[in-house]
Amino acid sequence: MTRLRVVVLAGGLSHERDVSLRSGARVVHALTSAGLEAIVRDADAAMLGLLRQERPDCVVPLLHGAAGEDGSLREVLELADVAYVGSTPAAARVAFDKPVAKHVVREAGLSTPDSVALRADTFREIGATAVLQALVQRLGLPLFVKPASGGSALGGTAVTCAEALPAAMVTCFSYGSVALIERCITGTEVAVPVLELAAGPQALPAVEIRPDGGVYDYRARYTAGATEFVVPAELPEATAAQCAEVAVAAHRALGLRDFCRVDVIVDSEGTVWFLEANVAPGMTETSLAPLSIQAAGLDVGQVFSSLVRRAVGRRRSDSVA
Amino acid sequence: MPEPMPAVGLQPQVIPVARQTRLDSFVQRYAERTAHLQASEIRALFAVASRPEVVSLAGGMPNISGLPLDAVGEALAELTRERGTVALQYGSGQGDPDLRRQICEIMSLEGISASPDNIVVTVGSQQALDLVTRIFCDPGDVVVCEAPSYVGALGVFSAYQADVEHVEMDNQGLVPEALTAALGRIAAAGRRAKLLYTVPTFHNPAGVTMSAARRAELLQICRSSDLLVVEDNPYGLLGFDGSPLRALRADEPDRVIYLGTFSKTFAPGFRVGWVLAPHAVREKLVLAQESATLCPPAFSQLAVGAYLSTCDWQRQVKDFTEMYRERRDAMLAALDEHMPAGTAWTVPAGGFYVWATLPQGLDSKAMLPRAVTARVAYVPGTAFFADGQGGRHVRLSYCYPPPERISEGVRRLAAVISAELELLETFGTPSAHAGSSSYDKPHPNLA
Repeated sequence: MTRLRVVVLAGGLSHERDVSLRSGARVVHALTSAGLEAIVRDADAAMLGLLRQERPDCVVPLLHGAAGEDGSLREVLELADVAYVGSTPAAARVAFDKPVAKHVVREAGLSTPDSVALRADTFREIGATAVLQALVQRLGLPLFVKPASGGSALGGTAVTCAEALPAAMVTCFSYGSVALIERCITGTEVAVPVLELAAGPQALPAVEIRPDGGVYDYRARYTAGATEFVVPAELPEATAAQCAEVAVAAHRALGLRDFCRVDVIVDSEGTVWFLEANVAPGMTETSLAPLSIQAAGLDVGQVFSSLVRRAVGRRRSDSVA
Repeated sequence: MPEPMPAVGLQPQVIPVARQTRLDSFVQRYAERTAHLQASEIRALFAVASRPEVVSLAGGMPNISGLPLDAVGEALAELTRERGTVALQYGSGQGDPDLRRQICEIMSLEGISASPDNIVVTVGSQQALDLVTRIFCDPGDVVVCEAPSYVGALGVFSAYQADVEHVEMDNQGLVPEALTAALGRIAAAGRRAKLLYTVPTFHNPAGVTMSAARRAELLQICRSSDLLVVEDNPYGLLGFDGSPLRALRADEPDRVIYLGTFSKTFAPGFRVGWVLAPHAVREKLVLAQESATLCPPAFSQLAVGAYLSTCDWQRQVKDFTEMYRERRDAMLAALDEHMPAGTAWTVPAGGFYVWATLPQGLDSKAMLPRAVTARVAYVPGTAFFADGQGGRHVRLSYCYPPPERISEGVRRLAAVISAELELLETFGTPSAHAGSSSYDKPHPNLA
């Protein structure tokens, strides 16, 4: 049988280009080890021509951040009529916009920290001091300020006193024009990948994150050794089950497909709070999803080759229909 | 199209025993000096700068597109054919004697009289810096550097756990009074400065050149305080205004260690640089070089030697200089046209860089993500200090992009600065994230 030919898209123009390139390299290696023919390509002006010329059986979009995760690139893949792994453009758009995603999962009955999303120009028009005061009154402290879209903790700051809030806003607005100011929940940080194959979405083992400095920032994420991970997370059985339920429920509520990673936090009461869902989770050597895949007794190559086959089958049945 | 296999139901199992991992089995075993070798979000942002949509004013790659590649190719082919068994063999630890003679001729353009015997060829002048630091600096020793200083030098000093004391510069280079004061502070603390590291000509990143009077004053201070000087001169022949400046080493052969390179006058790919040092120092450098690399690459050395003897390299340097002058002019004109009030910059008379000072209250490191979104990149000033200074500065390089791209990049950067000023005005404070890392810099192969 001819080997399936896969193009892994990685790189792009977002702040997370470097992370995406590393994710792409790892998935290409994993797919090749699993017996598929895989190459990595950037999402650039040459991409469509390449897809037309090489006609791969499937594309694996691993672009992190804007375009890659906000649905735009997936729209282009739809236009190019090529099979691809992962969520539809519409679902990716919802998941990428954190305030919208939080609204959707809350409607579905999940807990997510209270928050407010504000554009930079709102502060300019109304006056930062008044808006920030109202924010603290409404949400209390501590708060977590992060860009409404984007990943890798870029532009995110935990704020424990009101005086630190303006500086955190400035940091956030350097990365994007909309800020999500969220009540900061103290507890156990956990990531739960969801894998959706023929049997429907299933939660993979939860990964507990214990960064050395207490903050899972860019340095803690991408410096091997700077964070301790525990897989499966050290949680009471019922709480662990609840994490899995929340992840699958979020995956369904957001209309996601194939594979995602849901980030939650478990507070001291055992409540599982939804923070965000990622449609193109990091697959680097220090990323969370591969750790979970391994803990489930699987390997990255197996998982992605199954997802590729599923995407190819899906495209084929669409064509027949 | 191949037959897709059915999407088999992989069965995830939950392994009941929690496994702890740090994804690095050796995390407890690294040497202390590696503690600062960490991922940096600033460094990661430079990955975007390699895309053609981004105008990179960040990198320091020389533009070598003007090299006579056919002639170079022919010379390399001939080298392999005629002298292959020498060029592809180990060589001397000190470096090829013929090349060392040619290096002496080049340095004579800067007033240096030297014996080939006192030269050690290195893998770029970066390795010369490494070897000099290796033989002089113990952990905790003090190295005096300009403020700002070359990021690659700060990386070396940090690797050898030396402490850096920055000394103020003005438009004529290192300020002599500030140097005297710094040496006084160091002595008062019961310590002794091991060496002064300086880039006197077309400074990286400051873009300024030490005046002749300053050079004399500086050497006088170093004599009276018995301070060893490391003169790093990668750009010395790339001046826009006439003949090369007289090197510090020309007037003080026993106190100045001189570092040179072919990376900017020819091509960085060969990785050939050199160090000229007093005889006793040279002895140690050769032994240090042998323990580091056995010998500098023979092929590269012979290739550079062949280029120097068969091509009109001085004509080529003139062509390079004209091209860089045009780019410098484009950058200065664009800065004049676009930059908001409160921004200032240096006017380089050679080399690759303009050092710009942002309006009060802005932080160049915090601003970089916005710049990358606007498709322009620069190096934040913090990269050029060992002690967290530099947040108000940016290094802008004009060496690689063509003039029209430089103008566009500066226009984009001006808009970014204006947007950041608006944010500052709104919130009344700079970004929450400060601090400095000498790893907040692009990889050298960035355009």
